[in-house]
Amino acid sequence: MSDDTYPYDREALRATLRTLEQTPGVAKPDPILTVDHIERRFGGMTAVSVDHLEVQRGAITALIGPNGAGKTTFFNLITGFDQPSNAKRLIGGGDAAWAFNGRTMSRTGAARAARAGMVRTFQLTKALGRMTVLQNMLIGANDQPGENMLLAPFKPLWAARERENMERAAELLARFKLDTKKDDMAGDLSGGQKKLLEMARALMSNPAMIMLDEPMAGVNPALTQSLLDHIQALRDEGTTVLFVEHDMHMVRHISDWVVVMAQGELIAEGLPESVMQSEAVVDAYLGAHHDKDLGDDDAINTGFIRAIATEIEEELEEDVR
Amino acid sequence: MDFVIGLLVSVFQTLISPTTAGFVLAAIGLNIHFGFTGLMNMGQAGFMLMGAYGFGVSVSFFGLGFWPALLVAIVCALVFGVILGIPTLKLRGDYLAIVTIAAAEIVRMIFKMAMLQPVTGGPLGLHSTTYREPFSALSPLPEGSTTILGVTYPNTGGNDWWVRIVGWGLVALCLLLTWALMRSPWGRVLKGIREDEDAVRSLGKSSFAFKMQALLLGGVMGAFGGIIMTLPSSMQPDMMGRPLTFNLWMIVLLGGAATIFGPVLGTLIFFAVRIVLTTVAGEFVPRDILSAAQTEQLAWVLVGVALMLLVIFRPQGILGNKKELSFNV
Repeated sequence: MSDDTYPYDREALRATLRTLEQTPGVAKPDPILTVDHIERRFGGMTAVSVDHLEVQRGAITALIGPNGAGKTTFFNLITGFDQPSNAKRLIGGGDAAWAFNGRTMSRTGAARAARAGMVRTFQLTKALGRMTVLQNMLIGANDQPGENMLLAPFKPLWAARERENMERAAELLARFKLDTKKDDMAGDLSGGQKKLLEMARALMSNPAMIMLDEPMAGVNPALTQSLLDHIQALRDEGTTVLFVEHDMHMVRHISDWVVVMAQGELIAEGLPESVMQSEAVVDAYLGAHHDKDLGDDDAINTGFIRAIATEIEEELEEDVR
Repeated sequence: MDFVIGLLVSVFQTLISPTTAGFVLAAIGLNIHFGFTGLMNMGQAGFMLMGAYGFGVSVSFFGLGFWPALLVAIVCALVFGVILGIPTLKLRGDYLAIVTIAAAEIVRMIFKMAMLQPVTGGPLGLHSTTYREPFSALSPLPEGSTTILGVTYPNTGGNDWWVRIVGWGLVALCLLLTWALMRSPWGRVLKGIREDEDAVRSLGKSSFAFKMQALLLGGVMGAFGGIIMTLPSSMQPDMMGRPLTFNLWMIVLLGGAATIFGPVLGTLIFFAVRIVLTTVAGEFVPRDILSAAQTEQLAWVLVGVALMLLVIFRPQGILGNKKELSFNV
């Protein structure tokens, strides 16, 4: 449930964030999600290795990074769809730990994570194709006693809650301009409409934080703007938003804070205006030698090539260690 | 004319038989598994076997009364379902298919073991006289026999009206329960799991718990089917093997998966078509072209062809809504 007493004054929030040090893992004044030492290895490859991250309550935080940076894996770990390689086990195990809204989530499955108020969407939309749009919405609601098998056959026990859910669904569908489609099969919607439906469905349970995995992927430019508006509106109503995107220009307008990942690690954190200028980010996106023109014979002299060669050797040595 | 009346009577006789009722019950259960939840249960015959033997052995070997024996049968089906479900429901659907077909075969072979002959009757099975008594004792029907539409059975005892009444009464109850559950939010979550399990998990529903409940509910209906089917004459492990499971699948697909009345319609057609085919062929095709045994086999061939045509031209079955459900595995 979102906390109505929290001041959602964007300017004030931004001013607070502006005073923070812009380094990876910096502490936030009011974190809703705190992650410590989370690691995921696939064979010899480390997909995610995050030491510390805090996500500010009530803000739009963008998680950006080039392809293969581990953003989606990180999302899966936090929401219980995947387990960290250093997860705590009954015997032994590692020290991975994360807490959401003051609750430790380290041994929580996907369904419990969602019930705690951390609802996610998927990069490849998961609309329930052979169910109507309205049914898709109703399945997102929480506290429905009719989902207990023993109570389900008796309609009076769950009809009241169902009516409330219908109202909320109608409200959300109207807001996302899907109200005319409510009796259509979700599988018949366009790609962009499915994205909207998935977002609306995630909001049915009034989550404290919504986690959007590439909400803009595959959506036409005209719809992108309205998606961005929806995301901002969510924040203004008090929902914390964490979203993954790999296009950094897209996030600049709407996010309050940007976290940059590359090769599984946090490499930078900061305000959207300044984080893009940080050297680590530019290197991650464009490569360390992006400003050298390899076709320019004057620039590519023996000294420069030797310098690159030694740099590569050093990196290799580091990797071996 | 006599031929037509004879044919109609034998069709009626087949349609109301306890075997048909048992098939309908098991098919309703399988429809909950596959049609509504998307679980590929290839071992529904195993659930029927657990039910039949759970009841039969409780009475014949342990001497329990009707209600305790029924309870044992239900518990057997539940335990079977839990043992199957715990390792497989967390995995992808195909694994459930592999494990259920194997498990159903394992229990069939165990019940068939000669070593267990004193308990289960081994390969010979149990005759209904050994486990039928408590059920007959519950019958409120008077002594004697009754004829309805040219079909005569004793009121109580053996292949009687009492088991038919109970069997079809149970069918009505299970249909009512399925209807009530599938219009509820619980049924909606099951359909959501059928569509995309991860989406349902991301919305805070434990898909494992829902799938387990569906597996057990359908399994218990299968167990009831097994009991009803075996009450008139006898039970024998090979009655409830793979062919039975495959026939149930065909019934579900024929009637229309994810519909309430699909399993009933599917079963009636499945039995009626075969009896009509064999009777008509027996009457009009000379013996030296097609013997009685061959007509029976030909009927099965036609049933197989019908299934192929069905999947190609009407994947949603007879009652199904094409928009909502196509045969999609």
